[in-house]
Amino acid sequence: MITIENLNFGYSEKRILSISHMEIKEKQHLMILGKSGSGKTTLLHILGGLLKPAQGKVLIDDTDLYGLSGTEMDKYRGQNIGLVFQKAHLISALTVKDNLLLAQYFSGTTQDKQRIKEVLDTLNLGEKLNSKVRQLSQGEQQRVTIARALLNKPRLVLADEPTASLDDDNANSVIQLLKEQAENHNASLIIATHDQRVKAAFDLQLNLDEQ
Amino acid sequence: MNLFLLSWKYIKDKPLNTFLNVLLMGLGIAIILVLLILNSQLEENLSKNKRGIDLVVGAKGSPLQLILANVYHIDFPTGNIKLDEAKALTRNRQVKSAIPLALGDNYQGFRIVGTNHDYVKLYEGALSEGALWKYNLECTIGPNVAMQLGLKVGDVFFGAHGLSDTDLDHDEASYKVVGILEPSNTALDNLILTNIESIWQVHDHTEEEGEKEADHDHQPVLGSAYETGMPEGGPDAEITSMLIQFRSAMGAVTMPRMINSNTNMQAASPAFETQRLFSLMGIGVNMIKSFAYIIIVIAGLSIFISLYNALKDRKYDLAIMRSLGASKSKLFVHVIFEGIIITTIGGVLGFILGHGLVEFLTGLYEKSDAIGISGMVLVKGEFYVFLISVGIGVLASILPAFNAYRTDISKVLAQE
Repeated sequence: MITIENLNFGYSEKRILSISHMEIKEKQHLMILGKSGSGKTTLLHILGGLLKPAQGKVLIDDTDLYGLSGTEMDKYRGQNIGLVFQKAHLISALTVKDNLLLAQYFSGTTQDKQRIKEVLDTLNLGEKLNSKVRQLSQGEQQRVTIARALLNKPRLVLADEPTASLDDDNANSVIQLLKEQAENHNASLIIATHDQRVKAAFDLQLNLDEQ
Repeated sequence: MNLFLLSWKYIKDKPLNTFLNVLLMGLGIAIILVLLILNSQLEENLSKNKRGIDLVVGAKGSPLQLILANVYHIDFPTGNIKLDEAKALTRNRQVKSAIPLALGDNYQGFRIVGTNHDYVKLYEGALSEGALWKYNLECTIGPNVAMQLGLKVGDVFFGAHGLSDTDLDHDEASYKVVGILEPSNTALDNLILTNIESIWQVHDHTEEEGEKEADHDHQPVLGSAYETGMPEGGPDAEITSMLIQFRSAMGAVTMPRMINSNTNMQAASPAFETQRLFSLMGIGVNMIKSFAYIIIVIAGLSIFISLYNALKDRKYDLAIMRSLGASKSKLFVHVIFEGIIITTIGGVLGFILGHGLVEFLTGLYEKSDAIGISGMVLVKGEFYVFLISVGIGVLASILPAFNAYRTDISKVLAQE
């Protein structure tokens, strides 16, 4: 489903990473491991259509991600790729509902409040629908970002260090949640992490330290 | 959710900041509007009232005062002139028409003006009720007089000496209202018009003859004077002024000099004096105007700084929006909207404040009715002020918007 061909990308001037060929099939999950500074965030951004690689192709299904124009890619990203970050980057001026409505608005899909309610309910956030983001706890905020990433039923969910700022219990439950939700939505999940605690959760692994 | 709503929610999230910016903008716009409203109405009314009058002849004194008293009825008259001298002047070839005026009395603050029907024609006044005066001590009143004092056709009142309503009543002779004029937005609206002989009669109440004449009402000797021309009076008879229209432009050259140097009277041109008045006021008006523009520029700067600073904190927000599928141009528009919303609210506030302030001030100052100023009118130029406020919004937000447009998603998101 996701194919990487002849990818060359420079994380810094000294370090150039290259992946000649890699494929992630439907419903397969991948863990990108590496110390901080190893380039895993960069790789994740390339896969997410946020950063054009120096060389190479990223294909999602049959779409050549970097063959799209800027606006087309923005739209494609909004509709097909869900992103989760280390910090819960929510728009704090808005309520939980508005944050999710925004994801629907920017991706160009219909603004469906029922769908928002549904996703929030599966993440036990149903009551927080009209809360301001600032009123939520750290863990709740992280779950809202997961809800946002899954809202548009993406083909691919990318998570960058989603567990780095969480304690052991929460770290495991977030990984489980991500896996579970990705599977529910038939999406592939790619997690970039240096967190040793969650290493065991994935079969398919890519270790950038060994490259 | 849409871009406008999104910008609005950001604005609502910072109420104090928004309040300050809106207030600054509103104040600047309000001051400009107040000046605009006052200036344009004043100019319009002043020019409306002076049309058809080439020269005002009256007693010596300040020419501006002569114009203000006899054309606009706001200042006190400079004194009186001899009727005979005035009549002599009307025989000059240059004079096309002359309308005599006799001032000096009032009723409840409204001036009683002795004149003839030419004065009403000069302002194209029309009757809404009753008729124009013919007999002495009959009067036709302006619509504002009728409305504010509740006078109707057939009512009777006593005039008071002087031009303000605190003076002593002339309780010997009473005026009778025979007609009410239509509103014309000219000096007529606030005047009580009657024959010049009525004014004389009220003042010369010691003369038995005058009283008798009043009982007769109709005066065949002065038959034509109520319609046009000069009234007939004794050698001591006086009027306050005469409004003159020239036959040709030559009159404007020769007449004033002739009057000012060869007679005891003074001639003043309404066009020249009002222009002088405006150039005197202009300095003050321009200073206040510059002050208002400075406030608006500061408002724009303040909006710029708050947006610029806010966007530094919001670069993650912007990167997230991009990652959610927002195109670069959407972010640009989103930030521009924020600027425009703030300045537009400021503009609306300024509009309300400006008009409200003028209306409030005219309520406080009783003469404002006489000059014909109201806060409840739109004046031309207001639309441009509104455009300026929107323009300031665009200008203040264009650089922050451009920064938003350029947001490097990957870089910002990797910085966490």
